[in-house]
Amino acid sequence: MRLSMPSKMPGLPVLVLVLLLVPIILNDEFYLDIATQMALIAATVVGLNLLVGYAGQVSLGHAAFFAMGAYGSAILTGTYGWTPVPALLCAALLVATLAWLVGRPILRLKGHYLSMATLGLGIIIAIVINNEGWLTGGPDGIPVQPLSLMGFELSIFDEYHLFGLVISGTHAWYALAGVLLVLAVWIAQNLIDSPIGRALRAVHGSEVAARTVGVDTSHYKLLIFVISAVYASVMGSFFAHYTGFITPQLATFEHSIELITMVVLGGMGSTYGVIIGAVLLLLLPQLLTDFHEYEMMMFGLILMLTMIFMPKGLLPTLSALVKRHWPAGVRSSGPEG
Amino acid sequence: MNKKSLLRGMAAVTTLLALALAGPAPASEDPIRIGAFVSATGPASFLGDPELKTLEMYVERINEAGGVLGRPLQLIHYDDGGSASEARNFANRLLRRDRVDVLIGGSTTGTTMAAVPLAERARTPMISMAGALTIVEPVRPWVFKTPQSDRMAAERVLSDMQARGITRIGLISGTDGFGRSGREQTLEVVEQFGIQVVADQTYGPQDTDMTSQLTRIRNTEGVEAVFNFGFGQGPAIVTRNYAHLGIDLPLYQSHGVASDRFLDLAGPAAEGVRLPASALLVPDALPDDDPQKPVVQGYKEAYEERWNTSVSTFGGYAYDALHLAVHAIEQAGSTDPAAIREALESIQDFVGVTGVFNMTPEDHNGLEPESFRLLEVRDGRWALID
Repeated sequence: MRLSMPSKMPGLPVLVLVLLLVPIILNDEFYLDIATQMALIAATVVGLNLLVGYAGQVSLGHAAFFAMGAYGSAILTGTYGWTPVPALLCAALLVATLAWLVGRPILRLKGHYLSMATLGLGIIIAIVINNEGWLTGGPDGIPVQPLSLMGFELSIFDEYHLFGLVISGTHAWYALAGVLLVLAVWIAQNLIDSPIGRALRAVHGSEVAARTVGVDTSHYKLLIFVISAVYASVMGSFFAHYTGFITPQLATFEHSIELITMVVLGGMGSTYGVIIGAVLLLLLPQLLTDFHEYEMMMFGLILMLTMIFMPKGLLPTLSALVKRHWPAGVRSSGPEG
Repeated sequence: MNKKSLLRGMAAVTTLLALALAGPAPASEDPIRIGAFVSATGPASFLGDPELKTLEMYVERINEAGGVLGRPLQLIHYDDGGSASEARNFANRLLRRDRVDVLIGGSTTGTTMAAVPLAERARTPMISMAGALTIVEPVRPWVFKTPQSDRMAAERVLSDMQARGITRIGLISGTDGFGRSGREQTLEVVEQFGIQVVADQTYGPQDTDMTSQLTRIRNTEGVEAVFNFGFGQGPAIVTRNYAHLGIDLPLYQSHGVASDRFLDLAGPAAEGVRLPASALLVPDALPDDDPQKPVVQGYKEAYEERWNTSVSTFGGYAYDALHLAVHAIEQAGSTDPAAIREALESIQDFVGVTGVFNMTPEDHNGLEPESFRLLEVRDGRWALID
């Protein structure tokens, strides 16, 4: 695979710029705390979008992969005293294996059987996390150790000194989450521009046609399913270390739906669009503090309205609008929007 | 992708973010800010809803009576919907954005534990309304809680069994958080009462029939009584199955079903069931010299008049949390967090709805198992038996 340089990705510098601007405009620990979580969830959704937007497969169990990463890290570091990095990798490996085992038979079939399989898998994982209290802490949740690497601990409750600057733990975590998001986008974009991405788009367009020209469709679908599950697992691990306490609620079906809603709202197949989708949906609970009972209803409404008025999602629809009104704008071709 | 449109989009989102989160800046320094995060909606709303109603009602009342230290109270509350990650974010918002003087919440153990590190870090007193012992053991300097722990409910039931000479029991519990924690605590303390658990069964929170579990308990040799730890409709089903099977052994329930709703659900099958409960269920049956009697009666009357719905034990936890906070602020004479914390820790003989609180630096709950009243269902009503 040839790796693209940023020059081929006009969106990436913009993303970096926005990430750099956020702490300057919103210089407050509370905002940064929310922004950090947004970046981690956005990175998860970028991974999910590879599956939904490019392979045309829907996973209704991504929250469970996220939770497996989170719990894997929590249990391995907390109960068994591992250091966070091997724990994270081990959890990701476990998730990859599970995704592979489930995806291999299912993805040989045409159609949307993967949704059914992941729906079932997600519910089973949620039940296991709830019931195996001796391991997972049960419904009451489990505390998670702070992230550390070779004895260096990154906690939002500490302060760090770097080149004479005092950096709060919140700022340091925000920086890490920002880097992770940029990395997630960069890897995703490279995958999309690789032969794998082209094969996947062919599958998305017409699976029969793709097979006819010799694309091993089930192989590529399986590959991308495993990759997107690993995205969720790794971000789940970071999320767990960041928030310091996790509950089985992370694995619920509702959480999976929330992730899918972010993809649909932002724009399936648009890497930057789904980031905006994640940011908007995570803002909702903070915006609607007075209407909390209607939050689930709002999710449904947003999903419906998006499907009716912007079937391509927020960003692709908006950019199409902009193009129509300002046709002189700089254009680049390609389906990424 | 169009570069310009992308830039515009991103800029718009950033601006929106800034506007959305900026919100109203904290008003004048005058009011004392009480921050609350409760689960007023979602699966734990049976906890959060009465808690929020109680907080709103008493903040109004205290303000009508002239406030605290001559300053009005301001209640800032958010609904976490039972989600620990939202509870964490709202607690963070209350501490860092709204800069509250005291934090009340959360409704469940999960939402509480998610917020504990933040309150400790922000050095703001936090009073939880959740059950689990882990909240206050080990003791965290800034964290307090008002409900009795599950262990106390188990101890109360087991001591009554001991008094009746029961030595071998069957245990049946729900697999939700409440039942699971109750089961663990019961198994941990059971031996201190010279009692043995000879049958240990569980049921799922959504199960509609527990006949097979109860049959297994009945068929276990030497069972002298059955203890059911759970809440929701599970225990009511257990009670009815128990009567249908004609099991002629004493049946104990936990404080999880201590509400009139249980009587409705279980019907005549509940006759003779014993359980530990708050004094709130039997305000009028309390002896006149019981210090809790006027408090409990007053709360029940005021709540039912204001909200036109029957009072619940869980609202009582919020009553105690708010009044402990107010009492501590009055004792401290200021809203200095360290002073409030000290005052909270040294509260003695504070008569609340849940019990009489005696806080110490080692005990941030301050209640004794005796604060649970042992009730028995007689003629379809609660009767006090001690």
